[in-house]
This record gives sequence, structure tokens and C-alpha cells, in this order.
Amino acid sequence: MNIAMLLEMAAEGDPERIVVGPHDGGLSAAELLERARRAAVFFEKSGADVVGYFGLNSDVLPVALFGAALAGIPFAPINYRAPDEQLTGILGRVAGGLQIADDDEVERLRACGAEHVITKDELASAIAQPVSGEHPFVDPEEIGVLLFTSGTTSEPKAAILRHRHLVSYIISSVEFMGCEPTEAQLICVPPYHIAGIAAVLSSLYAGRRIMYLPAFDAAEWVRTADEEKITHAMVVPTMLGRILQTIEDTGVEPAALRHLSYGGGRMPLELVERTLRDMPHVDLVNAYGLTETSSTIAMLTPDDHREANASEDPAVRARLGSVGRPLPSLEVEVRGEDEVALPPGEKGEIWVRGEQVAGEYVGRTTLTDEGWFRTRDAGWFDAHGFLYIDGRLDDVIVRGAENISPGEIEDVLMAHPAVTEAAVIGIPDAEWGEAVAAVIVLHAGQSAGEAELQDWVRGRLRSTKMPAVVDFRDELPYSPTGKLLRRVLRDELSVAHGGGAGAG
Amino acid sequence: MQLKAGTRLRSATDACEIVVVKAPAEPVDLRCGGHAFLAIDAEAAPQSIEPGFDQGTQLGKRYADDDLGLEVLCTKAGEGSISVGETILAVKGAKALPASD
Repeated sequence: MNIAMLLEMAAEGDPERIVVGPHDGGLSAAELLERARRAAVFFEKSGADVVGYFGLNSDVLPVALFGAALAGIPFAPINYRAPDEQLTGILGRVAGGLQIADDDEVERLRACGAEHVITKDELASAIAQPVSGEHPFVDPEEIGVLLFTSGTTSEPKAAILRHRHLVSYIISSVEFMGCEPTEAQLICVPPYHIAGIAAVLSSLYAGRRIMYLPAFDAAEWVRTADEEKITHAMVVPTMLGRILQTIEDTGVEPAALRHLSYGGGRMPLELVERTLRDMPHVDLVNAYGLTETSSTIAMLTPDDHREANASEDPAVRARLGSVGRPLPSLEVEVRGEDEVALPPGEKGEIWVRGEQVAGEYVGRTTLTDEGWFRTRDAGWFDAHGFLYIDGRLDDVIVRGAENISPGEIEDVLMAHPAVTEAAVIGIPDAEWGEAVAAVIVLHAGQSAGEAELQDWVRGRLRSTKMPAVVDFRDELPYSPTGKLLRRVLRDELSVAHGGGAGAG
Repeated sequence: MQLKAGTRLRSATDACEIVVVKAPAEPVDLRCGGHAFLAIDAEAAPQSIEPGFDQGTQLGKRYADDDLGLEVLCTKAGEGSISVGETILAVKGAKALPASD
């Protein structure tokens, strides 16, 4: 039971099916398996204890992923956007590894300490010849994938996903070869993101062809989706906004598109409603998951979206802002600070348990003795089991003795007609410990001043939640995977406001 | 036989191969086509499928006995039925979820 078994099954079930690349000239399941077998022999001979992947999305990724799995070597896609200092730290942790890199990254990788680097072309030549022999038995306990988590609040951690976690996730949530041969998925999330790995595994097992965009670009996304008759895609919120705008501007709508899943960050309600209105024939899925849980743990299904969107009942309509219900193969609970499960409607920390839940980093597991993983996400269930996410617990602002979660204030600010994006953070404050600060992006051509937005919040929430500082920007900083970079804003505002002395 | 998650087995009667997804703590008499499964690399003369154990297996389906805590995944299809002793295992209800990745 290792992830390469999923590829072997696809090659057994439908060897001729095109699974990677364009419909004409792409790799069949049998061809992908053959390349992965050759790569496995090459990786074994290299003596590497990790197979790293450093660069843009490409068809080499699934070959390397399954090749490493067949050889029983962990696969570690690395963030090519990481600054040199961070990259040096990451490479230090995979020092015995072989790094597969884009040509123009080789020099940088070496400078940051990588000893064993190979380009994608060099790998292609190295696996040009057939190989023979059996691969070793890979214990499901072995490490399948190592992912360095995004580190929006701290240094990156190396999350471990063992083969059994990834395989459990796939076989419990995907029907083997359950899709039509015409289905094709466009992958534009970066390879170092859990969604990038999960997309390869779940698409292949479902029999859905995958097509890569090297990196996200809205015009390129729309063009490729149209030309390649893409039916499925996963996007993060910032991507979806740009895609809709491009479709509106160019009048080109990918004709075959019928399924969009989104996740990875807070999706503005307005954007969900616009997508439902502009593309009524497209199924929407909101997926909530974490690296440590092998991807999705809860989802708002296409039917949930349509039912909520058509409903007059505010409680049903509100579900468009939820992440839906937990997967049936998992247990999810919202617990209070005393670690006891809370009833619906009460906010606490989200805990999850199940076969796909790894919750482990290099050197330590974070699972409780009973196998629960604490997500550090705040949230609550409604009476019908829909889960709502209210940001990271680490983002909670502690003002005096009061815990203030940014999400509620952001929602109020976003409801102001002039505001398109809002981020609320805590900045150091001499009197209160932390003060509430808001960073605002206004709609083009609209205006609102600091005092107006402060009054807006004070009129709707407790006065302690009124931002002491309101900062206006042209855009907010996001990671490539759609996560708001609160730490960046916190650092900038803390400096700008001189440690916040006197504010509040 | 004593099973362990991840163990791969082959049928003694047909082309069926399985991988153990969940293993009970106690040994079980796991059969295909009425005869005990073999280790994946075992050499043995093929045996014929016993009457009543010929419903076939399907690639990609999971077969389970929840009371025993047993679940296997079919990685190669065959003509025989998977059973524990004389009890044929049920196909685990596939919860086909919408694509989310």
C-alpha cells in the first residue's frame, strides 16, 4: 500500500488512457508507470535519501513523485519562491537529497547548499532506456511526501505524509476510474502545496487526465482551459477573481468547464455569488483541508452551493460562507479550551481524527494519544453539521484581557460598499498589549476615510473591536497558495506605528 | 493467516491480487475462490474456484468485514469471491465524493 500502487492500478485498469499532458501526445497510464519505474531505478542508484523537486509545475512532477514512491524514497517538493535564507535552511534538512530543478535554478540551489542537483532534461536522458527488475516492498509506514508548510506565522516546518495517509485519503474519497475519459483537470496550484500532490493522486485514480500550467496566470489559464477542453480545476480565491475578470474582459469562457473547486484561503462571499451567477452550469466545491491531513477534510458540495444560493432562509444562505460538512471517513469536532467538544453554534478549535490524518513533523508527532490532530483553526458547526472557519487561532488579537478574532471585524469592513478587501491584525500597543489595526483595499473609484470606517465598525460591533489604526493599500499581500500574509502586514504596521505606543 | 496493513496477497485460484488496508489483530482465514490467499510472490500450482465462490472481484473495489476490522483493496481483478472462511465479503459502499483537489 504505497502511492505508486495507485498508478499501478490505473495502468492495470485502463493502460491506454491518457493521464498526463495534452489529449494528443500526452502520457498514457502505462507510459507514466514505465517512466516512473525507470526513474525509481535511477533514484535508487543515486543513493539519495530524499527526491527533491524544485521548480515550476511540469509533467516531470508525477514521474518523480511515483518514481520516488516505487523506490521507497520520500518525495519533497520545495518552494522555489522561498528567499535564499529560507531555502538554505530547507536544503540543510534534506542534505542527502537529489534535487530535480529547472535549468535556471541550478546555480541558486548550489549556492544555497544543494550538493546533488539534476535538471529535468538530465533526468529525461537518464531514464531514456528500459529497465528490468522488481522494486522493493514499500512499507505503508514509510514517508511518501515531505512538505515544508507555508510558514505564514513562523519558520517552515517539514510535514510528514506517510504512504498510508495518502492512500487512505484517495481510496476513501475517490471512486477508482470513476470518471469519463473526456474529463481533464487543469492544475495551477504550486507543486509544493498539498493540493498539488493530492490533485495528481486523486485525478489519476479517478482516471482524469491532468494538464499543468507551469505557474498561475489568468489569461493563460483561460486560454489553456478552452483549448484543452478542461472540465475540472482547483483554484485559490485570488485566482478565481482574476479568472472571472479575464472571462468577462475577453468573452472567452472555457466551454467544457463544469467543475471548480476552491480552497486554501478565505473566499469572499461576493466572489462565490458572482461565480454561481456567471457560470451557473459549473459545479462548485469549497474544500477545507490542511497539509497535515493529506488535503480535504470537509467540503461544501455543488448541491450545497445551489441549495444555499436559492434559499430565502438566512441560515441556509449563510452556508455559502461555510466549508460544508466533514468527509464521512473522518471525525471532526469543535472543542473549547478545556478540550471538550462544544455544541453547535459555539466557537472553538477544530480537531480532526482519521486514517488520512498525519499530524506529524520531522522529529515529532502532534497527534494526541487518541489520534486527534489540533488544526489551530478556529471555527464552529451549525445545527445541520456545516462547518464554519474563523481564521487561525494564532491570529487572534489579545487586546487587554479580551480575545478578538479578526474574521468578524473583516466581515463587517467588507460589508462597507467602498471596501473590496480587508485584513485585521493585532499590532503591539503599550497600553493594551495589542491594538486592532485594519488594512483596507478600496474598490476602484470609491473612497472612505479612517474615521468613516471606524464609525462603521463601532456602529455594528463592540467598541473594543473598532480598529485603532486604518491603513489603505492598493493590494494585500498573499502567498501563491492564496493565504493572506498577516505576518507581513503586522511587521510593516508595527514599524509604521512605532510599536503602537499611545494607540488605542 | 496473520494480516498486516500493506501486505499484498494473490489468489491461489485466479488472477486476483489484493492489498490489506485494515488488518484485524487476530489471524483470519482469508480466501479467494474458496482457497486461502497466497503471499504475492508465492509459487504454487493453480487451484480451481470452489462452487459458490465465483462472484468475481473488481479492480479498485474495497471488500470489508467491519465487525472483524478487515478491509482489503482489489488491485487486480479475478473470477473468484473473497471470503473469510465461508463468509463472502461485501463490497464496501463507495462514497463517491465530488472532486475537491
